[in-house]
Amino acid sequence: MADMMQFDLVSPERRLTSTEASAVQIPGADGDFTAMANHAPVIATLRPGIVTVQGASGEEKFVVTGGFAEVTPDGTSVLAERAMPAGEVTQEVIDDFVASAVAARDNATPEMLDQLSKQVGDIALVASELGLQSKA
Amino acid sequence: MPSLKDLKNRIDTVKSTRKITKAMQMVAAAKLRRAQEAAEASRPYTERFNAVLAGLAKAASGSDAAPRLLRGTGSDQVQLLVVMTAERGLCGGFNSSIVKLAKVKADELKAAGKTVKILTVGKKGREQLRRDYGDLLIGHVDLTEVKNITYPDAQGIANDLLTRFDAGEFDVATIFFNTFENVVSQIPTEWQVIPAKFDDVDTESQDTGYVYDYEPSEEEVLATLLPQGVSTAIFAALLENSASEQGARMSAMDNATRNAGEMIDKLTIEYNRSRQAVITNELIEIISGAEAL
Repeated sequence: MADMMQFDLVSPERRLTSTEASAVQIPGADGDFTAMANHAPVIATLRPGIVTVQGASGEEKFVVTGGFAEVTPDGTSVLAERAMPAGEVTQEVIDDFVASAVAARDNATPEMLDQLSKQVGDIALVASELGLQSKA
Repeated sequence: MPSLKDLKNRIDTVKSTRKITKAMQMVAAAKLRRAQEAAEASRPYTERFNAVLAGLAKAASGSDAAPRLLRGTGSDQVQLLVVMTAERGLCGGFNSSIVKLAKVKADELKAAGKTVKILTVGKKGREQLRRDYGDLLIGHVDLTEVKNITYPDAQGIANDLLTRFDAGEFDVATIFFNTFENVVSQIPTEWQVIPAKFDDVDTESQDTGYVYDYEPSEEEVLATLLPQGVSTAIFAALLENSASEQGARMSAMDNATRNAGEMIDKLTIEYNRSRQAVITNELIEIISGAEAL
């Protein structure tokens, strides 16, 4: 059994989970990475994606958009702008995410355009992974 | 001297007023609990977020490469006051105390020769400010339809602010709201959100002592987090405000209910006295009539 560490996932509206985990896969802005116990301290920004937690009682998935992850040797906290358990994500939620991302992209300044277009793409990827449609 | 019927009517009126204020008090109490829970639930996020951001900001401040949201525009000429009030009245001094604080600040800034602009959130603040500062109002955010404040609501306001900031409409933005202390005391508070200030954040207790790696890079993380920091600050302020509003309404309605009760007692005594007087009068008339025979 791998070493366990403390894992917290919080959004501005609620604390989604606070548990012991052996590994957490995090969708970083520069690519996915997996945090395990005794990982070097890192602060990474997130892209829209799925956080996968390997806990004592199996695997849990959460959809997050934006925010950042703070990894320390003792534990990992993900502070997501919006987050919810993957099971609660419905077509309407994805539509809502897509709509706000598209709105942000359409109002964006040229230097932000690339980044925001990528976000729309990221959300579409999340949608297909969950077997939902994305209208982007 | 009001007639018996008038008194009876007034007692009935006050009684139905008491019923309404009592009901409003109980509704406010229920909403207050929910608002407090929401404020509580957001606290872990806000605290961690501000601690990380403050740490980053401390490292970056002073360098010329620091983002504008942290460094400011280098001027404080145009001041934006974001006045956050409730959409509804009947909550004691809740709205007036925020407006009063904002007015003091606005007059102070005007006396110092600054340009003042005001953005209102919530109908009541706009109504009170329109009279004296109508020409300074540059915008209004309507939350009438919003029952429970969600993070996207705060993001909407923050995006509006950021767009205006990028367009050079102002140099410094300060938000005004009520901090929820307890049911009877709400403290009008001002908080400068742009450029970001972290003097109040307690970095000591949150300091984990780690030297972090940043992905993609320290500057980029800071540049992404600062706009989110504005949303977080506004979200926290909105939640504090909604808890304060319900608290203020609850105690205002509690007072109103008690006053109505006192009034009913007073009117009832008056009613009984007049009734007694009428009976006495009638008796005197009957007796003197009998004596005259």
